[in-house]
Amino acid sequence: MDPQKSNRLATGVILCFAAIVSLIVLSLVLYLLATGLPHVSWHFLTSAASSFTAGGGIRDQLFNSFYLVILTLLVSVPLSLGAAIYLSEYAPKNRLTSILRLAIEVLSSLPSVVVGLFGYLVFVLQWKMDFSLLAGALALTIINLPLLTRSCETALSQVPFLQRQAGLGLGMAKWRVTTRIMVPAALPGIMTGAILSAGRIFGEAAALIYTAGQSSINVSYSNWNPFSPTSFLNPMRPAETLAVHIWKLNTEGLVPDATAVSAGAAAVLIIAILAFNLLARFVGGLVAKHFRQ
Amino acid sequence: MSDWEKRLTGPSKETNQERVGRVLTTLSITVIGLLVATILIFLASKGLSLFIKYGVNIWDFVSGTDWSPKKGSYGALPMIVTSFGVTMLAGIVALPLALMVALAVTEILPPAFRKVTQPVIELLVGIPSVVYGFVGLTVIIPILRQWFGGTGFGMLAATVVLFLMIVPTMVSMTIDTLLAVPESYRMASKGLGATRWQTIYRTILPSAAGGVLTAMIFGMARAFGEALAVQMVIGNASIMPTSLMSSAATLTSVLTTGIGNTVMGTAANDALWSLALVLLVMSLIFNLAMRLVNRNKEG
Repeated sequence: MDPQKSNRLATGVILCFAAIVSLIVLSLVLYLLATGLPHVSWHFLTSAASSFTAGGGIRDQLFNSFYLVILTLLVSVPLSLGAAIYLSEYAPKNRLTSILRLAIEVLSSLPSVVVGLFGYLVFVLQWKMDFSLLAGALALTIINLPLLTRSCETALSQVPFLQRQAGLGLGMAKWRVTTRIMVPAALPGIMTGAILSAGRIFGEAAALIYTAGQSSINVSYSNWNPFSPTSFLNPMRPAETLAVHIWKLNTEGLVPDATAVSAGAAAVLIIAILAFNLLARFVGGLVAKHFRQ
Repeated sequence: MSDWEKRLTGPSKETNQERVGRVLTTLSITVIGLLVATILIFLASKGLSLFIKYGVNIWDFVSGTDWSPKKGSYGALPMIVTSFGVTMLAGIVALPLALMVALAVTEILPPAFRKVTQPVIELLVGIPSVVYGFVGLTVIIPILRQWFGGTGFGMLAATVVLFLMIVPTMVSMTIDTLLAVPESYRMASKGLGATRWQTIYRTILPSAAGGVLTAMIFGMARAFGEALAVQMVIGNASIMPTSLMSSAATLTSVLTTGIGNTVMGTAANDALWSLALVLLVMSLIFNLAMRLVNRNKEG
């Protein structure tokens, strides 16, 4: 065939299929938002879920999702940052280091349901945490560690080598160079990575149904003592998150308006993910600007 | 020893800080290493106990087609076949389509377009799989029911949901690969008088092939390990699938529904852990495949 003709034909075919795929995927998301958003109201966001009657809200699930993300980040950020600093600053080039890198990669390829089962076996049953926020946070930490370690390491490796040399040349110890020069300079990357990972674990469900549990107990939002069993801050209470709630409603839900509630919850989830993404961009840009000055 | 003597011969403040830092970071990497080792050992020992403690033949487990753990029959083949079936189908359909979207974005549409597509793709990548499962339940299944009759639940619904779930990830990875092809290749090809299509399939695709393949394997690994979205739409019948529209069950969906219904320490429960072990081994194989592809690309 004439090359000009085949060029036009191929371009047309590619554009056509690309448009079809994009349209299908985008229209599904828009459909979700269109059916879900009308159901989202202040009442929906601030009232408790009901188990049998229509009109339940998602207050506890929404709070649990955010609280779980915070708990997970509290554990996984220091651990990932420490591991990333070790890998980028201290690790000798030997077999052990490459095995450790392989281990992190293996961890990132574990299906989340397998992580959930491991969490159930170890945290819930063996460490007797029962279904609790803490067990859920630990399971999410396992999912979060490899990706966060990688993004921290990338952020550290992007700091110009000259900065490190300058610090070492002034007689600073390596740890001081790391904490005073490397980490501040890599902060935008680290924070962006942490926020993006927060978005990812916000919607995680498979690892949570057997760790954080599938039910919520009645908690009081005015009890600020994290050790009191009825406090909303108590990490030892079972907690259903938004994503688990959607799954639960659609598989064994008894409420008559399950579809409407899940559509609303799905819309809230999508908007939360969008907010996390925008926040990551915003913080990344902001901190980068701060350091350029 | 006097105070100044101690200060002169003892370790300096810097040295002490250095020690603390080294211990802290070594500790965190050790925790991660131990964690991975523990997960692998735990799952292997739990997964193998069906064969060791209860004397079930491994071959019977892998090739048997009857899965009724309560009656002592542990044939996992239906789940293995279904898991592979939906994963392969979703991956094979998604590969060319994701490639075409990526080509359109990087090679055909103006670069300014990328400013719009990138955040959208990022958002789609971030949408939780449960949401895709919910879409499957409320949109895909009614459509399938209308077109093909039956309940709509089954392998086809699962394939569509998995396809929707992995396409954004694959598009995003493919775009990165295509952008990594040096601009000089494109210029050289165009300088020789090649059309855009000739440049794409003679120059860009061969040099990006490894990355495109990695994107597909990555997408398939995600599809293989996905639990809830599949469990919501596949119908959950642990039988050998006879058609794309018949109810089936994957390794992950049986795990999801089964763990809560069996008692820890029984053979029926251990059989589920064996399924989890199969899942683990498969995800390791996917990982290995990605490494091999990447090594070939570099070599």
